[in-house]
Amino acid sequence: MVAHLQAFWDVWGSTILALAWIAGASVLLLTVLLIYVAYVILFDRKVWAAVHLRRGPNVVGPFGLLQSFADLLKFVFKEPIIPAGADKGIFLLAPLVTSVLALAAWAVIPVSESGLGKWVISDLNVGILYIFAISSLGVYGIIMGGWASNSKYPFLGSLRSAAQMVSYEVSIGFVIITVLLCVGSLNMTDIVNAQKTGIGTRLGLANSLLDWHWLALFPMFVVFFISALAETNRPPFDLPEAESELVAGFMVEYSSTPYLLFMLGEYVAIVTMCAMTTILFLGGWLPPVNAVPFTWVPGVVWFLAKITFVFFMFAMVKAMVPRYRYDQLMRLGWKVFLPLSLVMVVVVAGVLQYGPAGLVK
Amino acid sequence: MTFADAFFYLFAILTVASAVMVITAKNPVHAVLWLILAFFNAAGLFVLLGAEFLAMILVVVYVGAVAVLFLFVVMMLDVDFAALRAGFLKNSPLGAVVGAILFAELIMVLGWKFVAPVKTGLSLAPLPKSGSGVTNTAALGQILYREPYVYYFEIAGLILLVAMIGAIVLTLRHKEGVKRQSISAQNARGPATAIEVVKVASGTYTIPEKAKEKVGA
Repeated sequence: MVAHLQAFWDVWGSTILALAWIAGASVLLLTVLLIYVAYVILFDRKVWAAVHLRRGPNVVGPFGLLQSFADLLKFVFKEPIIPAGADKGIFLLAPLVTSVLALAAWAVIPVSESGLGKWVISDLNVGILYIFAISSLGVYGIIMGGWASNSKYPFLGSLRSAAQMVSYEVSIGFVIITVLLCVGSLNMTDIVNAQKTGIGTRLGLANSLLDWHWLALFPMFVVFFISALAETNRPPFDLPEAESELVAGFMVEYSSTPYLLFMLGEYVAIVTMCAMTTILFLGGWLPPVNAVPFTWVPGVVWFLAKITFVFFMFAMVKAMVPRYRYDQLMRLGWKVFLPLSLVMVVVVAGVLQYGPAGLVK
Repeated sequence: MTFADAFFYLFAILTVASAVMVITAKNPVHAVLWLILAFFNAAGLFVLLGAEFLAMILVVVYVGAVAVLFLFVVMMLDVDFAALRAGFLKNSPLGAVVGAILFAELIMVLGWKFVAPVKTGLSLAPLPKSGSGVTNTAALGQILYREPYVYYFEIAGLILLVAMIGAIVLTLRHKEGVKRQSISAQNARGPATAIEVVKVASGTYTIPEKAKEKVGA
């Protein structure tokens, strides 16, 4: 018996250990991520309230800190209602698709790098393409939910969303290509490490935030930020769920836990986009100045701080900018961002090829 | 059997099963969703082959864009299934012939070791040697963007461009009498051209002819 076990362990031991490590790391990441998302939702509502000169949620727990958890319980304990004419299977599958895909993107996002190695579950060679692929699938949850509801407003909302997300993915793709041209790798960790040197070090300064891509590729940073708003259906581009026209868009017929999963997927996708912005343009876990008080802070804290900063900008845009009209949204995507990002791809490639030596990493 | 083998069988079975569901599903939207599952599992097979770049591109292009448009169109179509099934028996021999030819060709392609052993090296050329540190993406780029393939690649791109422009030219119509928005014209308007200030003595106002037409009075 013991010999059998020994033989089994000799063959499968390393595989089992590897799987256990992946499972453990995933549980840790998901726990931190979901708690972070709970507080980011509260942060969103607080920022929004502050801009409106309101107090925001302040009843559940001190300063309303437990509001998100109370909302979670409220959703889970309500009765899920499935419309009589709905396609039941797809109706229930849609929120699962949205939330699972949103969480799946985090498998390749590196949160730090230290003496222990890379803090990432899967260090894919094509990490950025993986995220791009996963985020392009996010539209399915919305289309499936809108169609399966078998109702007018959800269907209109899902059609809008499909067109919108496909349009803005094009410009996001070109922005990613310009960054990749500067980095020379599709690996997420390489993208961050490539930002250790840049404009600042070329001017003879120490490694600092001037080296990050936001400065060198500033127009692309702006295009990426706005496209990220559109890609995640955030205001001012929240046409799929525009409450003034479509009630709640593709989510009209959803209630209880399925609705919760939609909201969860949406916010996780927003945090993913903030993480993407951080990695592509804001130097990931690198400290803003590579000097003593800043380098004492662990990389993962800088990473979270930067994500929170980008999310703060998302929240401010939501609070301050009125909703776009649908044709204006399409015009912005196809007639402004697409040509701009295409020209920038050519310009960046030209500068890398014919500009000063040593730019290609 | 290693883990990779187990995953191969998982992906392969799911691919074939969902492909069968694509053609047997009664609802066209369900068929497209099964097709997406088939694409996804094909991407999984690519990953097992070590072609991770192709896998990701398959997901981005086919699942993320092409299948979205499929779904988009199919959702809005009102398909009559009785009409679709009507010619099934009549057309099935033709379909069987086409299917048999495709199947034979597929076997020939997969059996290149036996059909053309001399050309073995060609099909292996894009594969980077293991341990050489060359990534999949770089190896593919070195094949595609170098002679002689760069010419074919560029020609393929040009054909796609022509097809795209052709589609736009065929569908772009400016109908007479339909108002179109011109952003530049709107932005160019100032108070001087947009506003007309009319001094009217109290009680003597008559609606101008132009305004009457607009209101329909």
